[in-house]
Amino acid sequence: MLIRYLSQIGRYFLMWKEIFNKPTKWSVMKGLLLKEIDDLIIGSLGIVAFISFFVGGVVAIQTALNLTNPLIPKYLIGFATRQSVILEFAPTFISIIMAGKMGSFITSSIGTMRVTEQIDALEVMGVNSLNYLVFPKLIALLLYPFVIGIAMFLGILGGWMAGVYGGFTSSDEFINGLQIDFIPFHIAYAFIKTFVFALLLATIPSFHGYYMKGGALEVGKASTVAFVWTSVTIILINYILTQLLLSK
Amino acid sequence: MIEIKNLEKSFGDSKVLKGISTVFETGKTNLIIGQSGSGKTVLLKSLLGIHAPDSGQIIFDGRVYSDLTPDEKRALRTEIGMVFQGSALFDSMTVAQNVAFPLKMFTKNNRSETNDRVDFVLKRVNLIDAHHKLPSEISGGMQKRVAIARAIVNHPKYLFCDEPNSGLDPNTSTIIDNLIKEITEEYDITTVINTHDMNSVMEIGENILFLKNGLKAWQGNKEEIFITDNEAVVDFVYSSNLFKKVREAYLKDLK
Repeated sequence: MLIRYLSQIGRYFLMWKEIFNKPTKWSVMKGLLLKEIDDLIIGSLGIVAFISFFVGGVVAIQTALNLTNPLIPKYLIGFATRQSVILEFAPTFISIIMAGKMGSFITSSIGTMRVTEQIDALEVMGVNSLNYLVFPKLIALLLYPFVIGIAMFLGILGGWMAGVYGGFTSSDEFINGLQIDFIPFHIAYAFIKTFVFALLLATIPSFHGYYMKGGALEVGKASTVAFVWTSVTIILINYILTQLLLSK
Repeated sequence: MIEIKNLEKSFGDSKVLKGISTVFETGKTNLIIGQSGSGKTVLLKSLLGIHAPDSGQIIFDGRVYSDLTPDEKRALRTEIGMVFQGSALFDSMTVAQNVAFPLKMFTKNNRSETNDRVDFVLKRVNLIDAHHKLPSEISGGMQKRVAIARAIVNHPKYLFCDEPNSGLDPNTSTIIDNLIKEITEEYDITTVINTHDMNSVMEIGENILFLKNGLKAWQGNKEEIFITDNEAVVDFVYSSNLFKKVREAYLKDLK
């Protein structure tokens, strides 16, 4: 069992090496990149915006409802919303959701190509199939921090709207809370995490799709396994990066 | 010409190819036949470089595959056209984009040269109005023809076909068989076909390799396969009553 896991991890890192070998012609790669940006980044904006806005609102309402002590200032609603959204909700929670959305898309599309011999066809033609299939996804996901930036903005906007229009706080108090004790490094921390998660989101589902064996049923199983492993890895890396970057 | 010398391949304890030696000639349709599990697919995949043989040599016109550098192997692969059993067309691309793919990847052709070549090969396989259709919008026979067009578009020296007739009706199978034979002769390429289809054997079998349990059990052509007394071949090829009767009639005519 342990040997199997170690061998899989080794294979995953060997895949990384192969992704950068024998690059595909730029004229072909250009088209692939634009397609992946459309599929993975543009295609995710809607769901990310929807979830961020409403979860931001819920964070503000929950904070407000728990502030029962009249001595605790109302600006804490804005402060708590900002901290929750920027530090964890946008980078980590959205990445877990994207592990389901983008991850299953990547695993099933590459897995279907494996099952229908399209990957064999690429290899027989002399194309480095890992570079052709995974490299554009990796590059497209370098734009993932922009998605998380939008999630941060909409999460806080949702919190402000829920707080102000729900009658929990005033706009001035909320904005005051957003500005109090602001540490710019928290933004850097969030984007460093996002960048690492982007690399995981592109490669772990690709790995499970590329090396899968079997038929249509196994494509479904590979998508589920890819989601589980991407989520687990994101959670673990999140813990390690938080420990490394934020603890004094 | 492809020459195979003493090719052996095992998976774990199971020895699949047990020292096969043969020659696949240029300008001829070379067929590999045999029961399921006889080693046909492993032999074809070894020729394609998908499986590395344990021992033995595969020689492509004097080039020993195992002695080539990785770059030379990739270069050799651009000389290979392959028609997969399930066609393996890229389902997100149109027919024309599928056929143009090897040209875009491996040539410096401009757009009009690429389009001209795609038009030419699609006409050659009798597909004229399918340029903008997706593979899912055309029939199985048309998909096979697109796969053949994609395989020959970059002037390959070697054409490999894995079960090109599987899932096709007899009429379409004959069309595909004849198309492969015509292309082989026209472009003087080395064609190797892995097949279960006995109609193909009788129609286009210019050099037939019969495998049994990983060994070369017989080799000959479509005329010789009628008169052979090799029991394994007779049992396999003439397992249906129809083919038995055809053979009996043929032998009677000869007498």
